Amino acid sequence: MDLSRVKQIDEFKWTVADKELPILFYGDKDLISGLDEKVREQIINVANLPGLVGNAMTMPDAHWGYGFPIGGVAAFDANAGGVISAGGVGFDISCGIRALRTNLFLSDVLPFIEKLADSLFRAVPSGVGAGGNLLLTKPELEEVMQEGARWAVKKGYGVLEDLDYIEEKGCIDGARPSYVSDHAKERQLGEMGTLGSGNHYLEVQVVKQILDRSAANAFGLTENQIIISIHCGSRGLGHQVGSDYLITLAKAAEHLGIQLPERELACAPILSKEGQQYIGAMHSAINCALANRQIITALTRSAVSKIFPKSHLETLFDVSHNTCKREKHPIDGKIREVYVHRKGATRAFGPGHIELPKNYISVGQPVCIGGSMGTGSYILAGNSSESNQAFSSACHGAGRKMSRRQALKIWNGKELIKELANQGIYIRTKSMRGVAEEAPDSYKDVHKVVEVTERSGLARRVAFLKPIACIKG
Amino acid sequence: MQDDYFDHEADIGIIGRGKTIEECFSSAAHVMFSIMSDLSDIHPISTFSFIFDEPNVELALVTWLNLLLAKSNAKNIIFSQFKIIRQESQWIGEASGEQWNENMERGTDVKGATLTMLSVKKINDEWEARCIVDV
Repeated sequence: MDLSRVKQIDEFKWTVADKELPILFYGDKDLISGLDEKVREQIINVANLPGLVGNAMTMPDAHWGYGFPIGGVAAFDANAGGVISAGGVGFDISCGIRALRTNLFLSDVLPFIEKLADSLFRAVPSGVGAGGNLLLTKPELEEVMQEGARWAVKKGYGVLEDLDYIEEKGCIDGARPSYVSDHAKERQLGEMGTLGSGNHYLEVQVVKQILDRSAANAFGLTENQIIISIHCGSRGLGHQVGSDYLITLAKAAEHLGIQLPERELACAPILSKEGQQYIGAMHSAINCALANRQIITALTRSAVSKIFPKSHLETLFDVSHNTCKREKHPIDGKIREVYVHRKGATRAFGPGHIELPKNYISVGQPVCIGGSMGTGSYILAGNSSESNQAFSSACHGAGRKMSRRQALKIWNGKELIKELANQGIYIRTKSMRGVAEEAPDSYKDVHKVVEVTERSGLARRVAFLKPIACIKG
Repeated sequence: MQDDYFDHEADIGIIGRGKTIEECFSSAAHVMFSIMSDLSDIHPISTFSFIFDEPNVELALVTWLNLLLAKSNAKNIIFSQFKIIRQESQWIGEASGEQWNENMERGTDVKGATLTMLSVKKINDEWEARCIVDV
C-alpha cells in the first residue's frame, strides 16, 4: 500500500490519510507497505456501514479478502441500526484452530514421525472430495447444529473436559437450524470429521521456544513437548450458509435502503428479520464447526494411540477466527453489548475474563496462530482491554502475501514435499496443487506478524511451535 | 477453450467466456471445477438438473455456480460437463460428472462463488463472466 495514503498514529497503528474515518490498521511500516491497496478500500467500506462502534480495524496479518479484508475486525450496535454482514464472516464460518497438548516429547516421536504422519493421514479424511466415515441422519444433524461439540462428546467423540477449553464451552446459543437451507444440510450429512482443503491442516508440532514462562506454565506447555493442531471449519454446511445469505442479505440491503459500496458486504440490520435469520443460521454453522473439530480430536487421539499407546492428548484450546459474536466490551467508560465481526481474526480475551477456564484466568486466553507448514505457529495469550483496543481481537495466522495462482507458477508440490522432508517436516496430502498453493513463502513472515501483534498490545507471545509433520487438506 | 483465471490474494478469480451468455456460464462452471481436478479425466456418468429463477444476470451466475457446488458436495461428485439455458428470468441447467475416487487428481476445494469482482458482460462479440471463488 502506498504509505502516502495512510497516516501513522503510533509505531504500530495507522489510519487513512485523506479522510476522517474510524479506521485503524495494525502493523509496522513493512507490513503496512506490503498491504494490497484493496485492503484499504475494503476497510473504508466497512467503516461506512451503519451502526459501527469504535474503529473498523485490520490485524497485522491482514490481506485482501472479499467484502471485509481478511484480518478485519468491526463491531456494530444492534440498537443503533448496526448491521450483520455475511461478507464480514466469510464462507468458512467458524473456521478455527484446536490445539491439543500431548504428554509426548520430541525424543519420543522423532523415531516414529513418518509412521505417525501416516496414521493421522489415514484416520482423518482430508482434501477435496474426501467424505467422512460418519454419516449423519437429518435429525442427528439438527442436534449437531443445536449442541455443537457437546453433541460430539455425547456420542463418544472426546471427553467432557474438552468442552471447558472450547469457546462458548463447545456450544453457542442462538442456533436456529430452521434458517439453514436444505442444500446446506444435505452438504453436511457426510462431511463431519473431515478436514477440507486449502489452508486447512492437521499438524504435529514441537514446542521450540517458550517466550512467556508463566503463561506457558498455565497452558501446560514446555520445551520439546509435542502439540497437535487442527485447522478447519464448518465444512459444506457453513459454506452453503455463506452462499445462501450472501444473496439474501445483498437483496435485503437493497430493499432496506442500505447503500453498499461493494455487494460482497451483503448485510442487514441486526434486528431485521433477515439479520436474525442469518444469525440463527450462522450460529448453527458455528456449532457444526465446533462439533467437527471435536470429532477430529477423537480421530486424532485414536490415530496417535496406535503408535503411542500411552499417549494422552488434552485440549489446550479451541478458537474460531471467522465469526460474528454478541459480546460485552468496555467502550468510552461503559460496558456495551456489540456484535463483533472477526473475519480472519481471533478472539483474544484478556486475564480475568469470565468466559475463560479457571486455570487460564490469570494469564488470558490462549490464542492459536497458524503460520505455514514450513515456518511454524505460535500460541499467544490475550491481553486486557486496556492493552487490546480491538474488541479483544488478534491476528489469526501469517496472512498470504502472494496469490495462489502466483504460487502455482513458482512451486511444484512434489518438489516442495521433498524439500520440507529434508528439513524434517513430513507432509502427507492428496493434493500436489494444494501443497504448491500453500508454499511457506507464499505467506508473510509469521515471526514478524506475531511480534507486531505483541508490540501493539493485541496479545503476547507464549510459545513458538515448529511443524514436524503436516496433513494438508 | 482454455480455462482462464485472474489473481486475488487469498482466493481465485475465474473467467468464463462464450458466444452466448449460456456458453459463458457453462465455461465459468468448467473453469471453477478445474480448480478441484483435471476435468479431462472425469467421465459424465451421472447427470443432475438445476432450475432457478433470477432476473439479475450477475446474481444468476453466482446462483448457478453455488448450486453446482452444493450438489457436487452433497453427492460427492466432481462435475466436468455443463449446459444451461435461459428463458427470460428462469435458468435451466444440467451438469454431468462422476463420483470422486482414489485415482482422481485432487486439486483445491471451492467453498463458494462470491459477489466480489462479479461481472457478466458482452465484450465485442463475446460474453465474459468473472467472479472470485472462495477456496
